[in-house]
Amino acid sequence: MARALNWLFPHPVLTLLLTVVWTLLQNNISAGMVVFGLILGTIIPRMTAVWWPDRPRGIRAFKFLKYMLIVLWDILVANVQVAWIVLTRPNSKLRPAWVVVPLDLKQPEAITVLAGTITLTPGTVSADISSEGHSLLVHSLDTDDPDAVRDEIKSRYEARLKEIFL
Amino acid sequence: MTFDAILVYIAGVWLLIGAIFALVGAIGLLRFTDSMTRLHAPTKVGTVGIGALLLAAIIHASVSGDGTIHEVLIMAFLFVTAPISANFIAKVHIHRRSCETPPVPLKDPTWSTLATTDETPEQTKVEV
Repeated sequence: MARALNWLFPHPVLTLLLTVVWTLLQNNISAGMVVFGLILGTIIPRMTAVWWPDRPRGIRAFKFLKYMLIVLWDILVANVQVAWIVLTRPNSKLRPAWVVVPLDLKQPEAITVLAGTITLTPGTVSADISSEGHSLLVHSLDTDDPDAVRDEIKSRYEARLKEIFL
Repeated sequence: MTFDAILVYIAGVWLLIGAIFALVGAIGLLRFTDSMTRLHAPTKVGTVGIGALLLAAIIHASVSGDGTIHEVLIMAFLFVTAPISANFIAKVHIHRRSCETPPVPLKDPTWSTLATTDETPEQTKVEV
């Protein structure tokens, strides 16, 4: 039974995501549309399963939700800060810097989420990953202490992602 | 004043906030000089600006009777794609050496954008 379920739903999170996206695209929530979304959400992951050989075994959904709320809040706060820098700080006083973040995360999905988070929280853009995937290159718009930026990324985001991705 | 009228004003406020953030993003793109710092303002301030505009659209649609929430989808797709386009622009800057040379990574020989199959990492660091 478990194997049959696993065969039918190789990627349960993707199934759920596709169903929700389909329902939102239709823009009216009716039972028929949800069922059709579920059908799409079953067929598409099943057909594309061969291209997801090393998919993550699962995520801790509740912790991921909490992580998303933290990131959303950070985006809002940091956007105001960057807008302030853009409007008030003269170019000569800007202190841009490269920051190298050593990675403890191993899964590509987790690193992708971390890189996306770094870019979305203003003031930092993730620019590149090292050739073997052990560190992330981050550009900081204005900082007097690159080490502090690195430590904040590691403690605030990476530590949480390590718990989210199993 | 009816509840609907208040909501229209709230939508207007969000429109203003979104427009201001988008404007700040454009100003940042214009006034920063370095290629990497120019990347910062539009990719993110713009994201929140558009987010605020979409929120205004949701509020306005719910006032005029046909409430929609599929603007949420635009926001979700934008938040997923904006970091990727920013990442690609950054990679182009690194690849063309149009920005400061990044420091060497801690464990690995070089960054993936600078790594090539037929060159050693030392050679790739030389200005072309």
